[in-house]
Amino acid sequence: MKKEMVCISCPKGCRMTVEYEGDKVLEVLGNSCSKGWDYAVDEITKPVRIVTSTVKVRGGKLTVVPVKTNKPVRRHLIFDVMNEIYKAEVKAPVKEGQVIIKNAADSGADIIATLDLKKI
Amino acid sequence: MIEKRSLVIIGAGPAGLAAAVKAKKAGIKDVLLIDRDIQLGGILKQCIHNGFGLHVFKEELTGPEFALRYIREIEELKVEYKLNTMVISVDKNKRITTVNPDDGLIVYEARSIILAMGCRERPRGALRIPGTNPSGIFSAGTAQRFVNIEGMKPGKTALILGSGDIGLIMARRLTLEGMKVRAVCEIMPHPGGLTRNIVQCLEDFNIPLKLSTTVIAIHGKRRIEGVTIAQVDDSFKPVKGTEKYIECDMLLLSVGLIPENELAEEAGVELDPVTGGARVNQYLETNIDGIYACGNVLHVHDLVDYVAIEAEKAAKSAVRKIKGKTRKIKKRIELITGNGIRYTVPQFIDVTDKEEKIKIYFRSTSIMESIKINAICKDEIIFSKKLKRVAPAEMEYIIISTDDIRGRKMIIEARAK
Ligand SMILES: Cc1cc2nc3c(=O)[nH]c(=O)nc-3n(C[C@H](O)[C@H](O)[C@H](O)COP(=O)(O)OP(=O)(O)OC[C@H]3O[C@@H](n4cnc5c(N)ncnc54)[C@H](O)[C@@H]3O)c2cc1C
Ligand code: SF4
Repeated sequence: MKKEMVCISCPKGCRMTVEYEGDKVLEVLGNSCSKGWDYAVDEITKPVRIVTSTVKVRGGKLTVVPVKTNKPVRRHLIFDVMNEIYKAEVKAPVKEGQVIIKNAADSGADIIATLDLKKI
Repeated sequence: MIEKRSLVIIGAGPAGLAAAVKAKKAGIKDVLLIDRDIQLGGILKQCIHNGFGLHVFKEELTGPEFALRYIREIEELKVEYKLNTMVISVDKNKRITTVNPDDGLIVYEARSIILAMGCRERPRGALRIPGTNPSGIFSAGTAQRFVNIEGMKPGKTALILGSGDIGLIMARRLTLEGMKVRAVCEIMPHPGGLTRNIVQCLEDFNIPLKLSTTVIAIHGKRRIEGVTIAQVDDSFKPVKGTEKYIECDMLLLSVGLIPENELAEEAGVELDPVTGGARVNQYLETNIDGIYACGNVLHVHDLVDYVAIEAEKAAKSAVRKIKGKTRKIKKRIELITGNGIRYTVPQFIDVTDKEEKIKIYFRSTSIMESIKINAICKDEIIFSKKLKRVAPAEMEYIIISTDDIRGRKMIIEARAK
């Protein structure tokens, strides 16, 4: 089977034609780097996404701190991960890379801060 | 009092930060970076999604993380910066007037200036949608700031007008925060943003993208209650019978960015009416000697990586000028946009006595497949490159050698193969 897809691993957005049989990718055309191949395989077998959002902060210069999953999570888990993010709260100061939720929604990914945030 | 600096950079977004780091590393000791905001990083602070840095840092970062990489270098290199400081004027003698609540008015005199003021969003006024003027209408960037920096929910149900990247990113962001996005409407027959964002921001969440569709009326007295949308014909006129009422308490506008160039104009910098940014040569120097431009103030970029790369180039040029290492210019070649090309950067090329390879960035006027990009001097094709596809949303480039250029004009055009 053939499928047209756009690699979303980076904003270049290479347009690729992927040939596959069942779960097996046979050929990828149009990718500019190896990430494109990996993306095509994932998209056929198990689509994944990085989730980014914000988590509430107590006593910080701002009331929320931006966060992300430290690795891509299965697409169907996005809202389960978000549910844990809604409930979470951290105390300032926050450091970039600090783990805020471990293994969010059993996705295998941690939620980490993407910014340093000082105390007020 | 007038303070002197070799290089003053206006704007501390990714463009200003990257330029400052580069110039300082190249040995310019007195670099000054100025921003009116209270933090370094420019608009990146509110772009909390990932997709930045793959080209510059070889890893995928969020906006704040990308900015932080540069901010740490700024601190390590002890680059002088002034925040909460507004530049109110620049003149052609490279005098920069600033105000700041602590120091009041300070005037700087620079040997070189890099303009890196970014851009702002087109406001509703530029659209002229008839109807009431209730609350609940935001630019997508304003909504982005509310949600991502202030942690607020600006409403419950949204319609987004314009499929620019910020609108697409916000469609996903509102959805993740539990708000409902009814649709993204785009007046053009093609989306404005990157395909990547159509896939992961709309398709992933089943948010409809309605092309050739616009908002023709806004309803609601104090707070917006709904909008009427309609399909448009080839001349962008609403088609009778296609009107549809959509209930929503937010209307987000993502209808384009305009470079913030009032300062440049005042200094006598010539602007390109298409990009809204300065006209520059291959060194990113404007028509005013020693004034350079880079980042979104020069032309709107979709990849922050390209902003950083462009900024480093502007810094390199400024450093060369400060160190007195520029070459004599033999002639100036004007670039002319031919068939299918919306704009080019640079807009002109200064040819010196040394051969140079010049990267010319361009955007097309529409989506075109299987084409050739030609560079033409004196009716002769001096360079040609095949491209599978070009789209207005995606910047492309060609590389030309100055040795191949003839005459004083060069046309860049797109033709079917
Ligand atoms: C609202 C908005 C949202 C965006 N969201 C995204 C996104 O989600 N994803 C994406 O890839 N791209 C996004 N972009 C595009 C993004 O702007 C660029 O990729 C990149 O940030 C441009 O960098 P820059 O340094 O040129 O400009 P900016 O980051 O805009 O920085 C310009 C800086 O100049 C300062 N400044 C301006 N005028 C003055 C003055 N007179 N005196 C002192 N300081 C001044 C400003 O305060 C600002 O800090 C967005 C743009 C806008 C306007
Ligand atoms: S294939 Fe490589 S260059 Fe192309 S979009 Fe994917 S990651 Fe980017």
